[in-house]
Amino acid sequence: MSIIPNWLHRLSSPKNFYRFAGTASNWCGWIALVLMIAGLYYGLVDSPPDYQQGDSARIMYVHVPAAWMSMFVYMVMASSAAVGMIWRIKASSAFANASAPVGAMFTALALVTGMLWGKPMWGTYWVWDARLTSELILLFLYLGYMALNSAIEDRETAARATAILALVGVVNIPIIHYSVEWWNTLHQGATVTKLDKPSIHISMLIPLLLMAFAFKFYYLSNVFRRARCELLEREQGKLWVRELVGEKNGE
Amino acid sequence: MSEAKLGTAFISLLRRDLMLAYRHRAQMMNPLLFFVIVVSLFPLGLDPEPELLHTIAPGVIWVAALLAAMLSLDNMFRSDFEDGSLEQLLLTPHPLPLLVLAKILAHWLVSGLPLLLLAPLLGMLLNLGSESLFPLLATLALGTPVLSLIGSIGVALTVGLRGGGVLLSLLILPLFIPVLIFAAAAVGNAGAGLDITGQLAFLGSLLALAFALAPLATAAALRISLN
Amino acid sequence: MSEFFYMGGYAFYVWTSYALTAFFLLFSWLQPRLRERRLLRDIARRVRRGDR
Repeated sequence: MSIIPNWLHRLSSPKNFYRFAGTASNWCGWIALVLMIAGLYYGLVDSPPDYQQGDSARIMYVHVPAAWMSMFVYMVMASSAAVGMIWRIKASSAFANASAPVGAMFTALALVTGMLWGKPMWGTYWVWDARLTSELILLFLYLGYMALNSAIEDRETAARATAILALVGVVNIPIIHYSVEWWNTLHQGATVTKLDKPSIHISMLIPLLLMAFAFKFYYLSNVFRRARCELLEREQGKLWVRELVGEKNGE
Repeated sequence: MSEAKLGTAFISLLRRDLMLAYRHRAQMMNPLLFFVIVVSLFPLGLDPEPELLHTIAPGVIWVAALLAAMLSLDNMFRSDFEDGSLEQLLLTPHPLPLLVLAKILAHWLVSGLPLLLLAPLLGMLLNLGSESLFPLLATLALGTPVLSLIGSIGVALTVGLRGGGVLLSLLILPLFIPVLIFAAAAVGNAGAGLDITGQLAFLGSLLALAFALAPLATAAALRISLN
Repeated sequence: MSEFFYMGGYAFYVWTSYALTAFFLLFSWLQPRLRERRLLRDIARRVRRGDR
């Protein structure tokens, strides 16, 4: 295991990870806030409305980053679950489990904002277009992961079982995407139902990227916090936890 | 105990599962009956107008096949889990993925293959049209093994868990969607006289991929579930 | 100013989207904090009671 640098190795101990995660969470949180304020300003105030879709295109600044995050988080979740399972690193499994609800939230957000963008564009809240349908299936995958996680009592077993499920999901996601795309072109209705991104130009790209990075840092901040909770729960009986609680009470 | 060769182990496991299934053949009928009943519900709930039925037939038959597969999958490891023979299986020196493959094959022979035999009946009930029958059988022949293969992963993950059956469905049905999309589309397109080799090729590749990877995942999941 | 809120007629859709985003993010931010606080309290109580 000499490929693992020393600092990373030390991090894999629950006690060190707990402390690191606290600091990291706070830092990432502040960065996220700053980026989000900047993104919101440029998105809502300083950028022009789209010449085709008008001001409703501003929904893109939350919808697209949320959709990107829903995919990104699943990849991170599957990778950290695999690492946790292969090298038996509890902190990594905790990170994976903590990612699931956040990923599900971003997916739900992508769906809801997609619906709110779609209504003024197509006249109905829901259409079975490729993007929304893929996001819906992704939501099912996240919820399945969370359901399996809560159905297994032993945390160690749960970590490994959900890792397998996440890996199976990762293999399936490209297949599902491709299938849904294909299915959608097959049943192209009278109206073109693709959720067309307005022609992106630099003044729109900036708020989009700002919000995308804001969401990324938010995700990190949130997952570190949640992973801390996971670890606390899993390691309740251990000495480091009791010492920690003792410290906090001494304050 | 003599070291049985892998081939012998595979065959004897397959035979054992088939014999057990035969002994409980009344039980094995249930998912098939479910298949027919579910298909019959659609004309009753909608409009038995022949044109409509013809349009929905491929999708309805395939959705019913998915649901029937969910019901039959539960049996794959359950009785072995309950009487301890699953643990024994894990302890044998033979590679677990190959033994798992034997169980999956037995499952498909008992639950998947009969769907092909029922397909002409269901085609008649839903006014599928004779030009779509052979395509339907082709998609079922390629698709139902995929259902057994992918399904086995879910069963292995949930064996012994409370609420197993419904949880299994939540985990596995989203993974079946590509099969559903391509199979139903193939049958529908065949009915319209279009070429479906592309769709069948896709189903074939799904089968190849599932055949290669699913037993590995299922074996890993079994080891995890049985701790 | 009121033009800003009006969002070219799409006010409901745009503002609901952003409001939902804010709500989801805030809820997700708050939830683990509360859970951690509760966990620490419970563990402290158990330590005080002298459980293992």
